[in-house]
Amino acid sequence: MERKIVLEARDVSRKVSSPEGELTIVDNVSLAIGAGGTVALVGASGAGKSTLLAMLAGLDVPTSGNVLLDGQDLTGLDEDARARLRANSVGFVFQAFHLLPALTALENVMLPLELAGRRDAAQTARAMLGRVGLAERAGHYPRQLSGGEQQRVALARASVTRPAVLFADEPTGNLDTTTGGSICDLLFELNREAGTTLVLVTHDAALAARCERRLTMAGGRLA
Amino acid sequence: MRTALSLALRTLAREGRSGDLAVLFLALFVAVAALTGVGFLTDRIERAMRMQANEVLGADLRLQSQEPGSDAYAVEALRRGLQRSRVTSTLSVILKDDATQLANVIAAGAGYPLRGELQVATQAFGAPVPAEGIPGVGEVWPDSRLLGALNARIGDMIWIGSTQLRVAKVLISRPDQGSGFVDLAPTLLMNEVDLPATRLIQPASRVSYAALFAGQREAVAQFSKWLEQNKKPAERLRDIAEASPEVNNAADRAGRFLSLASLVGVLLCAVAIAMTARRYVKRHLDFAALLKTLGATRGTVLAISFVQLACIGLMAAAMGALAGYLAQQGLLTLVKGMIAAELPPPSFNPLWMGLAAALLLLTGCAMPPMLQLARVPAIRVLRRDIGPPPLTTLLAYGPAVLVIAVLIRWVTGGGWLSAGFIAGLAGVIALLAVAGWLLVTLVGRLRAGTRIIWRYGAANLARRRAESILQIVALGLGLSALLLLTIVRGDLVEDWRARLPQDPPNYFFVNIGGEERDAFRQLLEGQGAKLSRVLPMVRGRLTSINGAAVAGLRFADGRGEGFAMREQNLSWSDEIGVGNKVTDGHWFTPAEHGEPLVSVASDYREALHLQLGDKLLFNIAGEEVEVAISSFRDVQWDSMQPNFFLMFAPGLLDGAAGTWMASAVYRPEDPARVAQIVRRFPGVSIFDVDQLITQVRSIIDKAVVAVQSVFLFTLLAGVVVLLAAVQATRDERRYESAMLRTLGATRRTVLAGVLLEFALLGLVAGVIAAGAAATGGLFIATRMLEIPYGIDPVLWITGGLTGAVLVCIAGWLATRSALNPPPMQILRQG
Repeated sequence: MERKIVLEARDVSRKVSSPEGELTIVDNVSLAIGAGGTVALVGASGAGKSTLLAMLAGLDVPTSGNVLLDGQDLTGLDEDARARLRANSVGFVFQAFHLLPALTALENVMLPLELAGRRDAAQTARAMLGRVGLAERAGHYPRQLSGGEQQRVALARASVTRPAVLFADEPTGNLDTTTGGSICDLLFELNREAGTTLVLVTHDAALAARCERRLTMAGGRLA
Repeated sequence: MRTALSLALRTLAREGRSGDLAVLFLALFVAVAALTGVGFLTDRIERAMRMQANEVLGADLRLQSQEPGSDAYAVEALRRGLQRSRVTSTLSVILKDDATQLANVIAAGAGYPLRGELQVATQAFGAPVPAEGIPGVGEVWPDSRLLGALNARIGDMIWIGSTQLRVAKVLISRPDQGSGFVDLAPTLLMNEVDLPATRLIQPASRVSYAALFAGQREAVAQFSKWLEQNKKPAERLRDIAEASPEVNNAADRAGRFLSLASLVGVLLCAVAIAMTARRYVKRHLDFAALLKTLGATRGTVLAISFVQLACIGLMAAAMGALAGYLAQQGLLTLVKGMIAAELPPPSFNPLWMGLAAALLLLTGCAMPPMLQLARVPAIRVLRRDIGPPPLTTLLAYGPAVLVIAVLIRWVTGGGWLSAGFIAGLAGVIALLAVAGWLLVTLVGRLRAGTRIIWRYGAANLARRRAESILQIVALGLGLSALLLLTIVRGDLVEDWRARLPQDPPNYFFVNIGGEERDAFRQLLEGQGAKLSRVLPMVRGRLTSINGAAVAGLRFADGRGEGFAMREQNLSWSDEIGVGNKVTDGHWFTPAEHGEPLVSVASDYREALHLQLGDKLLFNIAGEEVEVAISSFRDVQWDSMQPNFFLMFAPGLLDGAAGTWMASAVYRPEDPARVAQIVRRFPGVSIFDVDQLITQVRSIIDKAVVAVQSVFLFTLLAGVVVLLAAVQATRDERRYESAMLRTLGATRRTVLAGVLLEFALLGLVAGVIAAGAAATGGLFIATRMLEIPYGIDPVLWITGGLTGAVLVCIAGWLATRSALNPPPMQILRQG
């Protein structure tokens, strides 16, 4: 069955100026990802994976080309409109977890719901924390949690709005192999349950191997 | 918006607990505490000083005339909520049995005096106690001299005009008796209800009426303006500046110094807040980027920062204001013994001023960097090296400059003073920035081929170019403000103390006849008095200036008219007196003795617009004497020494039938001894100025306490600036020191590098600050406070070194904690 395309890049390039002249980080990349798909972006350091991910997620704008997320062309949107789109359609998981240290686990998970203006934020977030196995730790602060637990909270936060696309940047990069493995399992389970599209950047061959598609980048291009 | 509010409050509460916002809070807290503390103190002490100073008038305002004042004035004063009273005075001969004496009869209305108090005793020259109210109907309070001259005592009836009144008490002093020697006649105080019965007020009699007003300062000032516009030309409005220049000077200078200190406090606050806000923003860039990634709009991010900032501002301002209030209260309790009079309770003005200033400062100095949070790109969550685009210079510094300018205008009250401050401030900032730029450029070039410590320290300075320059500007501003205040405070306090010698003459004897001079001296010295100066005195009237009759001249102010029209006391001496300084021309040389020359006091010169060489014609006891002005003198009227506006060349007036005056340190243990002098030399007028000396000394004491304590407050604000400046780069330093230690550097090496960096920053900031303070001090001392000022070359060295040492200590304190945890822990935290 043909999947609906939720994320599409059309001739996307990203150039930056440097003392050595203009530098092309992402060079004319086009791709299309169907709903519910799982895609791994792999490649050597400096290949442009993270920059491409940032543009796909609307965190950065391409120098040329277009990105369409959930049917909307991101290039035509201003910063605030992109933020609103992210609030509704995008989730993030980072290598360094990026939890807010001042908020409890529950409050961290509530955050995207609150920003999207949801009234049932606490209830939904609590359920989501239960789903990642941390119902007991809802009132704990990030510094009271282990690395694996922090990443679970981050996962719960990324999935709680049931986003169309979940982006993950080296989600297991800061974790040991066993913990990384269990985080991976959780990531794919959540992806399956919600039908979310998963786009991740990784150096972890095992993680990449579990994705339906592997896109290898080199010198800013898709190999 | 609801989300932003709830998120802002939640994170604020937690961050507050985790100590992240502590520095910003502390900066604001101390800033507001300093500002309100200074404000409360200034307000109370200044009001106390003004009030005490106004005692010299017996009121806040005094309207004098030869005609009874219009009822409209009283009605208007009542409408404005002012207290009022009045006194009527005239000269009259008082009789008791066969004894007669010319006396100055003062009839007082209810409420007199509105400021200060009457002192009375139960016998002539007796120990004074404060009087309750004024003499009752049918009673009089003659002074000791009058009592002595009439040979009367308490309970006796004496004749005043056509009525007889009973002596109830002895008047020892009135607050408004003044230090001049115009009223040579003894005084008698009575109730104005008895005045018609005396029939002293007749169409031709010389009567002077004074309407007294007192009340809230603002109301008095407004009423004074109203009176200026509505009074008759012949009525003279007197305020403290005219009545007692010596007291007014001390009060005025203290007031100016205190507002200067508040201003310095404001500047320090501004610097501290700007520095800490920058740090706050730096630490919250990741937070803002993450919120954006999770879907927060720029408006939401900004709203969160704004709410947090407003909460911190309000909380710090409220607590700071409270602390400021408590601190000044505590301080005043500490120095209670030093202050003679009770202070009036504090008004709420400083509280509002503190709150308003805090919010203004926050808006001007903290909001612009906060804008950066809204501008940080979301991609920072993936690439930490990406920050917000830099603010334009106008946006970054414009609001701060505007707010500071507004505050300067507010504190100094505008005019050339605030313009001077703003210009000076801009100059110092520019100078510091240039010096900072030179330093980072120079050390950057010099660091190759040097030892590791130097290279590390220098590299830090050069690499954090903008930060280093900013730190130098902040530190330099803080140091110059503190040094400036130190210098000016020292000069001011010293000048005050020098003006009032330890043991000034407390008795003045006027009207000593020429033939009784030696006998008088013997009697006085026999009673243990130390005579300090004996001067001849004649009365004379100025009749023309350079040939133009003074009657035809017009003068800009009442003072000039007074000098020109009234009879003056004239004297001569071969020595220039203590507290006199020739500003133009020269004091009489021996060759000039007997020449028609006169030395004129500066006040007299200004009021009459005189020049050296001008010819003044005097009528002295019916004879015309023309003299040329050979010198002008600055006279310290608050030195408590006998001084004259006009001093003639010795030998010129020897033939004029005059009397002598003497001043002495005289402590008669028994009032009977003074009475003995009065009996033996009935013509001699005795003035006991102990009261006045105490008055002046108490005012100066208050001013000194105010100046010192306000200085303490400002020092505290300075320390916060120092901490804020050092804290600004603390996070980076933590990381760098961990890196260096991982690479094998010892803690000692890292610390030495950091200290070197701070020492360089402190030294440059200190030297420039010393220069700025020396120049600023000159400006303030000579233009604003009008005190002598000498530039001290030691200041540059001590300023520079103090700067370096202070900054080093603060740097060490702030960095020390960064060197304690194991490097791995810090590196992991990122």
